[in-house]
Amino acid sequence: MNKTVNQKAWFLVLPVFLFVAFNAIIPLMTVVNYSVQETFGNNIFSWSGVQWFQDTLQSDRFHASLGRQLMFTAIILAIEIPLGLAIALAMPRKGPWVSVCLVLMALPLLIPWNVVGSMWNVFALPEIGLMGRGLNALGFDFNYTRQPGDAWFTIVLMDVWHWTSLVVLLCYAGLVAIPNDYYQAAKIDGASAWAVFRFIQLPKLKRVLTIAILLRFMDSFMIYTEVQVLTGGGPGSSTTFLSIDLFKVALGQFDLGPAGAMSIIYFLIILAMSWVFYTLMMRNEAK
Amino acid sequence: MEGTDLISWMAWTWPTACFFGFILLCLIGMSVWEYAAPGGGARHGILGLDTTRGDRLFISLLGSAFIFLAWIGLVNTTLWAPLVIALVYAGVVFRWV
Repeated sequence: MNKTVNQKAWFLVLPVFLFVAFNAIIPLMTVVNYSVQETFGNNIFSWSGVQWFQDTLQSDRFHASLGRQLMFTAIILAIEIPLGLAIALAMPRKGPWVSVCLVLMALPLLIPWNVVGSMWNVFALPEIGLMGRGLNALGFDFNYTRQPGDAWFTIVLMDVWHWTSLVVLLCYAGLVAIPNDYYQAAKIDGASAWAVFRFIQLPKLKRVLTIAILLRFMDSFMIYTEVQVLTGGGPGSSTTFLSIDLFKVALGQFDLGPAGAMSIIYFLIILAMSWVFYTLMMRNEAK
Repeated sequence: MEGTDLISWMAWTWPTACFFGFILLCLIGMSVWEYAAPGGGARHGILGLDTTRGDRLFISLLGSAFIFLAWIGLVNTTLWAPLVIALVYAGVVFRWV
């Protein structure tokens, strides 16, 4: 039977293409244009070549904020992925508690990012916040507005609270999708709970875990609003991640050229790391 | 470069316009190649990855961007040498990856 080739369906993609062009490709092109020029406003630009790229790549400030960003992402992934998986495994699969658990898990995801920052700002304040005051009452010298370690602790805790649910929901969806036959076969073989997890659940969850890791990697690597509201990048510059530094350069100092160069480097790092993650995981799956 | 008010905010320059023109040409070229030889030229390359022509173009462009960045950050801002390295790299990717 001859297959009909009809390429007209591509026209149906045109609206999406135009939408993406306006909200992603054109802004990206503009950033590339800015990155090779100097401007003092009023749409007057002068050519500066790749000078901003060199300045950015050799800047200690950029290296420091990139290092902080990488460390934050590594900590977040190391906590949220195993924790999310553990919670998903512990959640009930049937009965009335399923809905309760799912709603509870979905709640943090529904709160706007700036509200999350504000909530944790108040929650962690050493004088009046429940967490801040509670920790101080327990004998800890906690003050996230003055001590970098405390600021990091609060930001990590806030992110774990806000985003672990996403990992939980993805893993839960993956677990529910595993056919019961696998568990019955494991039961007949007398497999332990660990063996069921290692040889049935984990392999079946590989795809959702890939998505969870990718989403959490990209989101945490671009985190901005919550940290900006909570600490503003401080104390000092201890929580100034790449996104916050970029904001300071672009809108604080209005250095569009260096900000453009920084944005492109930032974008390329995210693109490359996402590609590496995705390729490695898909490669393992193919094996 | 002067433009109309509609696009002057995009601050176009000839080098960046040429760069995006090159990307567009690559995409058109890949489409023509796909039309002439459908299937994407899938193969199992030396990195152990299953890649199509599109994947190889992506790997070439992304790798080239990092070659340029490394050169600018570590050596200097003269871009002829990294251009040659990037072209050789792209050739290797299209031949063996």
